Amino acid sequence: METDKFMNALGQIYPPDRLLTRPAQLAPFESDALTTVRARPKAVVIPLTQEEVVLTVRLCHEYNVPFVARGSGTSLSGASTPVDDGIVIALNRLNRILRVDADERIAVVEPGVINLDVSKAAAPYGLYYAPDPSSQPICTIGGNLAFNSGGAHCLKYGMTSNHVLGLKAVLPDGEVVELGGESLESTGPDLVGMYVGSEGLFGVVLEVTLRLLPKPEAYKTVLAAYHSLEAAGDTVAKIVGAGLLPGAIEIMDNLAIQAAEAAVQAGYPGDAAALLIVELDGEAASVERDFILLKEIIEASGPYEIRIAKDDADRMRIWKGRKSAFSAVGRLSPDYIVQDGVVPRGRLAHTLAEIQRLSAQYNIRVANVFHAGDGNLHPLILFDGRQSGSLQQAEKLAGDILELCVKYGGSITGEHGIGVEKREYLPIMFSEQDLDTQRAIYAQIDPLRISNRGKVFLS
Amino acid sequence: MPRLTRCASLTAARFSFPNRIITEMNTDIIETLRAQIHGQKKVYVQGGGSKTALACADGDVGQISTARLSGMLEYEPDEFTFTALAGTPVSEVEHILAEQNQYLPFDPVLVDSGATLGGTLAAGLSGAGRYRYGGVRDFILGVEFLDGMGELVRSGGKVVKNAAGFDLPKFMVGSLGCFGALVKLSFKVLPRPESTATLSTHYISLVNGLETLVRLTRQPLELYALELDREAHLLVRVGGGAETIPARLERLKLLLGGVEVETLEGEAEAELWRGQREFNWLPEGYGLVKVPLTPKRVAALDSELGKNGAKAVYGAGANQAWIGWPGETADLDALLSQQGLSGLRILGYPEKALLGVRAGESFEQRIKQALDPANRYVCAG
Repeated sequence: METDKFMNALGQIYPPDRLLTRPAQLAPFESDALTTVRARPKAVVIPLTQEEVVLTVRLCHEYNVPFVARGSGTSLSGASTPVDDGIVIALNRLNRILRVDADERIAVVEPGVINLDVSKAAAPYGLYYAPDPSSQPICTIGGNLAFNSGGAHCLKYGMTSNHVLGLKAVLPDGEVVELGGESLESTGPDLVGMYVGSEGLFGVVLEVTLRLLPKPEAYKTVLAAYHSLEAAGDTVAKIVGAGLLPGAIEIMDNLAIQAAEAAVQAGYPGDAAALLIVELDGEAASVERDFILLKEIIEASGPYEIRIAKDDADRMRIWKGRKSAFSAVGRLSPDYIVQDGVVPRGRLAHTLAEIQRLSAQYNIRVANVFHAGDGNLHPLILFDGRQSGSLQQAEKLAGDILELCVKYGGSITGEHGIGVEKREYLPIMFSEQDLDTQRAIYAQIDPLRISNRGKVFLS
Repeated sequence: MPRLTRCASLTAARFSFPNRIITEMNTDIIETLRAQIHGQKKVYVQGGGSKTALACADGDVGQISTARLSGMLEYEPDEFTFTALAGTPVSEVEHILAEQNQYLPFDPVLVDSGATLGGTLAAGLSGAGRYRYGGVRDFILGVEFLDGMGELVRSGGKVVKNAAGFDLPKFMVGSLGCFGALVKLSFKVLPRPESTATLSTHYISLVNGLETLVRLTRQPLELYALELDREAHLLVRVGGGAETIPARLERLKLLLGGVEVETLEGEAEAELWRGQREFNWLPEGYGLVKVPLTPKRVAALDSELGKNGAKAVYGAGANQAWIGWPGETADLDALLSQQGLSGLRILGYPEKALLGVRAGESFEQRIKQALDPANRYVCAG
């Protein structure tokens, strides 16, 4: 039996406590944060070294066994959903911070390192790692890299891809490649840029060189409450139109505010139709100057309450509410889907009105949290999975929202990736020719399609 | 009809482009380019010809020109985005952006020499200003290109945030035309700083200058440029609200360590940086090579450069060296290999373009196989 041979060979690499095969051991790996999709892997392996990962991938290639690399399983697009009869390579213990070089402003880390731990390791040098997805206290750098994760501060600082300088990876056929380096610049095609965001289809990353930035010396975080979502959306356009470049511009609607408030007591005005959070960061002199301008714009935009973070603790409280919004919505509904479409900023208010219309049409509640500065929406579509057909209806509504985003010239995903969740929507954004090209690249890199099979493309 | 010419005749070609904004791409151009690609065993994509070392010297290779692929297609100042045809001169783009107080923060080079948007992307070149917000790779959002089969392929998007599909827009940065002919490009832009100023100072040695440079990179300062040259001149540029500049300059002067500092502002300052991006410091007859590196690699490289009479500017906080090389390319190739560095020749006679060590070639070849299986596209240089 080929399966027995494969499992025996895995047993040569891993001791029993790091080769999980019993149903109770496998259950936690059946899904990630997209809990509506599940599969039972054949086994889960827990490598401690890069070499073990390489040997595992080579074995999978030899026996034509699909594998899924997994970090903390926080993906909202089903990125680390396992494959039936495949294996999961759980990378949480491949988590060494190999080097922080303050003068070169880099950190070299393994894929299982938690995002926030990079900033913690860099903090003694006055440096930090800029990308800050809401799940940053638990999500891993490997997952961030595979899905080009974003966060609240992308408008000014970019996404994960803008902060990865080099990487070492094992390709699906077992070849180990090193791409990029330690410099901000490179020669030849940007292979690092190509690898980042490939959703696990290009193998498993083993080591990553990240760019660190000096921690901004000053922050000004403003919270403004509005009686309408449109008023908050219009203010975003005015802030950007004035030439300001805040670190973050976020909006939450009333349902999201209520959920966040119930979960973490961030001190948000509970009756607001929309909450706008704007954060300036940078050199103290510039932040002070920009803050005067920002305050004028916000005051003139008709909010009924403005709050300015008094100190760092106050600032962290404001952000805690925003960053806990996804999980907090779990208090409002037994199940929910998070969408991730992007529209041009100028279409924000219109798109939100359309989402409200769709919500009423489907009779499904939708909470809205979004990175307004980037036009990146996160509608949270609430449903009760115990009611027959409710998931299908919620997915249909989610699909309508994605089609809206593409119609307005945007994207079906800003930072969560396609995963399994949005595969059927890729063709509304790209032509068959465009997708054929993407598939041709995939076929060259993984002819057996064993690396994170079933993600991005419909089989 | 664009004329198909042979490569050898245009090593130093310069094209002039009409200054216009078009709103629609003429699809006939695509058909013509496609026919040219199909009609050739080997093709080379020619832009503005500003990077002479990247011209094609092989007389047996057919050349397709992006000269008629010129013009801004969409510009949304409120969105911080635009889409333009690949052959559009960067100078034209900059002019249009400037009217809305916006700019290309990666600071394209050789603009006055006729650099095009596509050529800038394909060569992967960013200037001194990349220190503030990032390089060309950080601002490209989407591309359309003709692949080796002559098919028009789109990747990426037109919005500032997008994670759908493999990131071919980034892959095309530095791709040197090896994988396809760029047709249309979408970029992110940013508001132009209201005011800029530069401090210029001189150290007794490169090592001293480098120490100061590293000290500055560790500070929470939003510098627009940070460059050191072989003669230990340090340039530090700040930008932002005009009223913030004086205090920030004073603070910087303290950090520079009490050396004599000259402050440049206004037209003189703008002229200084224009000169840097056009490489006016490069002596006649010297080749120009870009070498990615980090501050710790500078001293060893610089010592060897000194022995060869080379010039150099260490830009982007010493993350890219611009080397003025007076000697044989092969000697620099060997030197960079010894030091574990890579290089890209930009100005000089068209011969080998990529020097020193290469990384990830097998990964690159797999993508080449997917985009151009018949190996039609010839790399620049």
